[in-house]
Amino acid sequence: MKFSTLARHTREGFKSIWRNGWMSFASITSIFISLLILGVFILLALNMNAMASQIESQVQIRVYLQTEVSEEVVADLQRKIGNITEVSKLTYVSKEEGLEILRERMGEDNSNWLEGYDSENNPLPITFTVEVFEPQLVKTVADQINEISASYETPPIDEVKYGQGTVETLFKITNAIRNAGYVVVAALSITAVLLISNTIRMTIVARQREIGIMKMVGATNSFIRWPFFIEGALIGILTSAITTAIVLIGYDQIVKAFQYDLSLMLLQLLPVKEVMPLTAMMMILLGSFIGIWGSVMSVRKYLKV
Amino acid sequence: MKELAVRCRIYRIELSTGCDNVIEMHDIWKTYADGTSALNGVSVKIDRNEFVYLVGPSGAGKSTFMKLIYREEIPTKGEIFVNGFNIGKLKQRKIPYIRRNIGVVFQDFRLLPKLTVFENVAFAMEAIEAPRKVIRKRTLEVLELVGLKHKYKNFPSQLSGGEQQRVSIARAIVNNPAVIVADEPTGNLDPDTSVEIMHLLEEINFRGTTIVMATHNKEIVNSMRKRVIAIENGNIVRDVQRGEYGYEI
Repeated sequence: MKFSTLARHTREGFKSIWRNGWMSFASITSIFISLLILGVFILLALNMNAMASQIESQVQIRVYLQTEVSEEVVADLQRKIGNITEVSKLTYVSKEEGLEILRERMGEDNSNWLEGYDSENNPLPITFTVEVFEPQLVKTVADQINEISASYETPPIDEVKYGQGTVETLFKITNAIRNAGYVVVAALSITAVLLISNTIRMTIVARQREIGIMKMVGATNSFIRWPFFIEGALIGILTSAITTAIVLIGYDQIVKAFQYDLSLMLLQLLPVKEVMPLTAMMMILLGSFIGIWGSVMSVRKYLKV
Repeated sequence: MKELAVRCRIYRIELSTGCDNVIEMHDIWKTYADGTSALNGVSVKIDRNEFVYLVGPSGAGKSTFMKLIYREEIPTKGEIFVNGFNIGKLKQRKIPYIRRNIGVVFQDFRLLPKLTVFENVAFAMEAIEAPRKVIRKRTLEVLELVGLKHKYKNFPSQLSGGEQQRVSIARAIVNNPAVIVADEPTGNLDPDTSVEIMHLLEEINFRGTTIVMATHNKEIVNSMRKRVIAIENGNIVRDVQRGEYGYEI
């Protein structure tokens, strides 16, 4: 194709958006509304996901040793548990530290319960706090720790606790939240495509005649298709870019306005910087795809005239 | 024109079609998918520079006859040559190129509603990728010929029926086609405007373009005295030079 022809098609694409005023407005509005709803739900899903991960990451494994364990065995255990690939962090809590922590937890009012206990007659065992890379794997890691313990003649570990039962339920809930997010976003994407393709179909029926006329005066299919393609791409890209900007700016305002209120509820919204790449990419890709696909598909239908 | 002459020389040998015949039909049959037969063995030759009226009752096959010429339809049987091309055998993607040598004018004008008068005429030249300067010059020239240069910025909806038809004629001739096919071009116009359009077509014919025109307008046919081909039930029943309409309305 000659450069001057490409320039002509681009000119015609722009002109067509302007001249088809109301029809362009209908396409732009339907893309805008669909993407706006989609954008809001992408942000919701991302935040729910982040919250779920935040809750999950608080899951730890506590390993309680027997009261009488030699120092070599403790060091050996520490090494073996630390070597499990899924373990991200292992903290050694000595008997004294355990007592301190317990005192703090019980608060001043109840501290008298612990009076009389000191390093000489500390009833508490040595404990390890184990954190794992993937919270969902706590059960596997806990099982592995139990196996390590069982490999000794006299098992040095008294108990491995990770909130058995509670953690499983928690993960079920967080997974459900995640899946619901994916499903809603996927469903909205499909709805957006259907809604917009319907609008485009209506505008194209009006153009069926035009395409027939163009063919009558000897225009080739590609000559007819190009301006439509450019028009669709322009509408798609521009509208999705504007919608994305509006959604993200609005989100940023919400984050700033509710930062304090939400942190009181121990919730935290993701900063706009973190959600921007994925949200913008999804919305702009989908918007452009819809614009181009819509015009190409519908023109193709009538090019067979 | 030189290019056409060369093409003609080649095809005279290969396709044995005379170069003076812009349109040649050999035993053309056309049956539509729903079973209606529109043409039953039509053979005709139309020379360069001829002005031909196609008359006959509604549904006789006039429109099919014309659609075959600009390759909207292909014959069920038989061969049709336009400018030496066997257009029934043309590949789908070649169609646009032969249409550029055939100007088509319709009863309902068929202008692009979102384009101005200038842009409508220029579109046919843009489609053949003519340089912009040439497009501008030639488009204004043709608009002047049809007497609408002063309205080049208007949209079709702002024009009268006669003016719209003149724009569609301008579009049909802008690429200097060998043939103009006009399907009842005066069908939607009042008598005075019809006469104006006919004078314009006569002028174009005088400048060397073959014109095939289907019409129901008795006065026009009788006053112009050109070749008249009458079609009835898919057959040519009359073909006379300097003929008359021959039907009572």
